[in-house]
Amino acid sequence: MTDVISTGEAVTFWILGPIALLGGLGMVFARNAVHSALFLAMTMLSLGGLYMAQQAPFLGFVQIIVYTGAVMMLFLFVLMLVGRDSSDSVVEVLRGQRVAALVFGIGFAVLLVGAVGNAFTNIPSVGLAAGNAGAGGNVTGIGRLIFTKYLFAFELTSALLITAALGAMVLAYAQSRGAQSKIGQRATVQARLRGEHDRISPLPGPGVFATGNSVAVPAILPDGSVAPESISAIIDATPIEESEKPAADAHALTGGPYPEDEK
Amino acid sequence: MSPTNYLLLSALLFTIGAVGVLVRRNAIVVFMCIELMLNAVNLSLVTFARLNGQLDGQVMAFFVMVVAAAEVVVGLAIIMSIFRTRRSSSVDDANLLKY
Repeated sequence: MTDVISTGEAVTFWILGPIALLGGLGMVFARNAVHSALFLAMTMLSLGGLYMAQQAPFLGFVQIIVYTGAVMMLFLFVLMLVGRDSSDSVVEVLRGQRVAALVFGIGFAVLLVGAVGNAFTNIPSVGLAAGNAGAGGNVTGIGRLIFTKYLFAFELTSALLITAALGAMVLAYAQSRGAQSKIGQRATVQARLRGEHDRISPLPGPGVFATGNSVAVPAILPDGSVAPESISAIIDATPIEESEKPAADAHALTGGPYPEDEK
Repeated sequence: MSPTNYLLLSALLFTIGAVGVLVRRNAIVVFMCIELMLNAVNLSLVTFARLNGQLDGQVMAFFVMVVAAAEVVVGLAIIMSIFRTRRSSSVDDANLLKY
């Protein structure tokens, strides 16, 4: 039983295929990393559509849910954490490397397309329609395979997932160590007592007298002298500006209108 | 149209991904290019499954997806920790394993 490619599938391919290619090219050539991620999401969405067109509906949905839904959002999340404007450096570390990479890419594409085009020209497509291996539904068939023939690989997958989750937690956990770690209160006190600071105690606050509680009033030391550290250096440096006093106006006391308003 | 077109599309996507890995300098974008290569291979696996009339290809594509998801998680965590120490996500800057 061979399978025939319907016109609908051909139309789907010729719409989604170019979109996928454009997305891939846009991802490589976009300057902004966020644009790259969105282009890749576009490619993955259209690939999901292509899977569904190729009698793999389960993989199509997994592609959309896992790749565009989870993986790409994780990429975007990390991009936002790292900083959106961390764009590519234009400095070439190896001279001529980009040109060489492009030449390699073109050559590789020609080679691969030629080989695939030659090797798979007139092979019959068996298809997964009813009567073949896909009978009984795509999801049922995949489930049967996973839990019989590929059971060991599937179990290994669980170990892989647990390891990956653990590894991600260990790697991404922000440990406070080295120069970036914050110094705690206890460590600060010990450093003060060890003499690593200019003085053991904090600076004295400004004085508070009955005549004024301004920050410009210095504190008085026990012997009656002024503690110079109690006043911020900014206050001494600031030039004094006399604010203009408003002229005395008797009308303001009565709350009545000004004489010129009555006219 | 024959199923070969899918294989050609897959080949082109793989090439784009490979060129992207070689050309781009941002570690995250390099990582996305690797994802594109994995997706291209998945497309050819699905196509082969259809050509042969066996579901094994689809199961393999499924496993590739699982491994790719795990790889993304660990890789992005590594990129994050490199960024935390070096304040950069460029692959040129990460030339030391420590400091």
